[in-house]
Amino acid sequence: MRARVLVVDDDPALAEMLGIVLRSEGFLPSFVADGERALAAFREARPDIVLLDLMLPGMSGIDVCRAIRAESGVPIVMLTAKSDTVDVVLGLESGADDYVVKPFKPKELVARMRARLRRGEDVTPEMLTIGPPGNQITIDVPAHTVSRNSDEVRLTPLEFDLLVALARKPRQVFTREVLLEQVWGYRHAADTRLVNVHVQRLRAKIEPDPERPEIILTVRGVGYKAGTG
Amino acid sequence: MALPRDILASRVTAALRTTRRTVVRRVTVAWAAVRRAWRLSLQLRIVTITLAISAALVGTFGFLVAKGITDNLLQARRDKALEQVEVGAGLATRQLGVVTQSSDPDLQTVRFAEVLSLLASRPEQIGSDVVVAIVRRGDPETAIKSWPDNAAVAAAAQTAITPALRDTVNQGWVAHQHRTVDLDGRPETYLVYGTPVPTNWGNVELYYLFPLASEVKAAEQVTRTVIVTGAALVILLALIAALVTRLVVRPVRLAARTAQRLSAGLLDQRMVVRGEDDLAQLGEAFNQMAGNLQRQIQRLEEMSRLQRRFTSDVSHELRTPLTTVRMAADLIFSERDSFDPAVARSAELLQLELDRFESLLTDLLEISRFDAGFAVLDAEPNDLVGIVRRVADRLSSVAERACCPVELQLPAAPVIAEVDARRVERVLRNLVGNAVEHGEGKPIRVTLAADGGAAAVTVRDHGIGFNTGEEKLVFNRFWRADPSRARQTGGTGLGLSISLEDARLHGGWLEAWGAPGQGAQFRLTLPLRAGDRLVSSPLRLVPDDAHLGVRPAQPATIEVQVLAPTGSEAGDA
Repeated sequence: MRARVLVVDDDPALAEMLGIVLRSEGFLPSFVADGERALAAFREARPDIVLLDLMLPGMSGIDVCRAIRAESGVPIVMLTAKSDTVDVVLGLESGADDYVVKPFKPKELVARMRARLRRGEDVTPEMLTIGPPGNQITIDVPAHTVSRNSDEVRLTPLEFDLLVALARKPRQVFTREVLLEQVWGYRHAADTRLVNVHVQRLRAKIEPDPERPEIILTVRGVGYKAGTG
Repeated sequence: MALPRDILASRVTAALRTTRRTVVRRVTVAWAAVRRAWRLSLQLRIVTITLAISAALVGTFGFLVAKGITDNLLQARRDKALEQVEVGAGLATRQLGVVTQSSDPDLQTVRFAEVLSLLASRPEQIGSDVVVAIVRRGDPETAIKSWPDNAAVAAAAQTAITPALRDTVNQGWVAHQHRTVDLDGRPETYLVYGTPVPTNWGNVELYYLFPLASEVKAAEQVTRTVIVTGAALVILLALIAALVTRLVVRPVRLAARTAQRLSAGLLDQRMVVRGEDDLAQLGEAFNQMAGNLQRQIQRLEEMSRLQRRFTSDVSHELRTPLTTVRMAADLIFSERDSFDPAVARSAELLQLELDRFESLLTDLLEISRFDAGFAVLDAEPNDLVGIVRRVADRLSSVAERACCPVELQLPAAPVIAEVDARRVERVLRNLVGNAVEHGEGKPIRVTLAADGGAAAVTVRDHGIGFNTGEEKLVFNRFWRADPSRARQTGGTGLGLSISLEDARLHGGWLEAWGAPGQGAQFRLTLPLRAGDRLVSSPLRLVPDDAHLGVRPAQPATIEVQVLAPTGSEAGDA
């Protein structure tokens, strides 16, 4: 099955070139050039993955990202010309799973996209439980559901993958680099802010008090680990 | 309880010593507090000085005034008394002059009594408390005859009329003195006047004792009034001084507080200006200064914002077409086998130069971000050992290609430091990359060490090195050791400049040592805790294997000042 890609970018030359590259890699791209129409195009195209330029006419890329994230957990990869901390972190916080800084190599982009699309390959029946007693999080891996005290928590696929990666080996401390490799599929360590921001987002959803995390713990100077009872 | 005496004594001594020490300490503390207040408060100083000076002045004036008034009172009394004494002396002379015989003591006694009653019946004498006494020369004090004729007055008169006074009167002088004597159990001050009364049978002395009660009372009244008025005046002056200094000091204190707030960044702070006096002028000048400062800072902030915006826009505008070109070039590059050789080579060159163009653009934007002051330190605890290993791994293929083995000398335990991993990695990548480029195929050694406050990484190569004096130049933008030398790996020429800025952002040092033919060593020193000030580095800048015998290489180091890592700093862009 060929994956559908929605490209949200206002530069016609770049969009066309992306189209050529994506088609040659076996994707089915569709395009939208401004932020106002991005959400309508998203609903219509029902893509498997979204490539989103942060600087758009009309609605800004950040707002588009939030709007899409509000109704879907579909993977979003930002295309950004800005590698400034503020811009990247803002994009990640508004719901993007990953980002690629322009100018990127086509192979790099495709690798990022494939990493985001490679999901649901392992469907071993597996139930995981982490967190201190009384505050436990239960993860049903094949069903892709997470619940806290029998209330379901809605996570994006990326957040789910991050949580599962930590929960599968409780007590083991994961460095940010290891998490980048396991969850994002980076061969070489990249921007560890990706991990930081998504851990924050995940904590905001599953921790009773995100300021004092009990389920995903920070190990100073090393990384993160799952909290156990 | 029977304690031996010496133990008891020693205990008492110890207790006393403790008490004394406590008291001494309390006094010292209090004294320090007073000195502090004296140093800090202008108002306290002015009020104290005013109090001291006005007390001295008012005291002097009060004393002089009181003395003047008292003297005047006494003088008036003396004048009046002298008049009465002269009249009395005249009368007594006439009365006693008729007696020629002095042999009969009874007669004398009678005459004396007569004279006394005569003098007592004078109009100015009636109703007054003036004592009149008469005595003959040579008679002892007990022979003093006095009026009013009672024991208390006689005793008082005997004490008041001293031998010294009597001697003077005996020599024919009219003399006076002040004496306070005991009269009926209460002190009474008398002005004692003595005058000789010549008679045929020898000198008789006539004494008048004028009570000074009213004068003493008046003098006391005056003194009391002067003291009360003086004290009131001094207190009033101190109050006025306090009030006046408060008037002056308050706006000054207000100005100081406002200035503090201004310097803390509250740029819209102003002073309240009332009236048109000097203080109002101070306030106005202050406000004007604050206004100008605020305008300047806002202008700089605006400029800096525009610069940042421009950087960001240029970045975006350049990067989007570059991305398209890059993708197109990649596509062409991947198909190069089907082209004829010239076109295929062109595709390769296009690809290579795009890489260079890209890294140059990235470095330029990074430098412009430092210049605009928008570089932000994203420090968190990181293991430097891991970072060094990662950098070495990543560059191992490049190093192998250049035949420069990279040796690592790392501590066994992790070195945790609060650093921005991305920036430290970039610095080390630059340093190792640089060493590989200039290492001439000889081994490169990377050493990491840490002490209590700092961690240091040295990167040593044994390449061509550089000349003494060029240690600072290597950090200059686009600087090349030998302009004629062909560039091999195609660095941008900005790597070390960016590294220096990265080190500076951490509050760290980046220094270079080099000698011709001996290679070079770069040292990066970082504080373990973000924001700490570096004082020393755990590693030496000059490598141990450097031949210093030939020429003592004086390492010129670039000491990087610790900068406060503020994001919105506008001033020094």
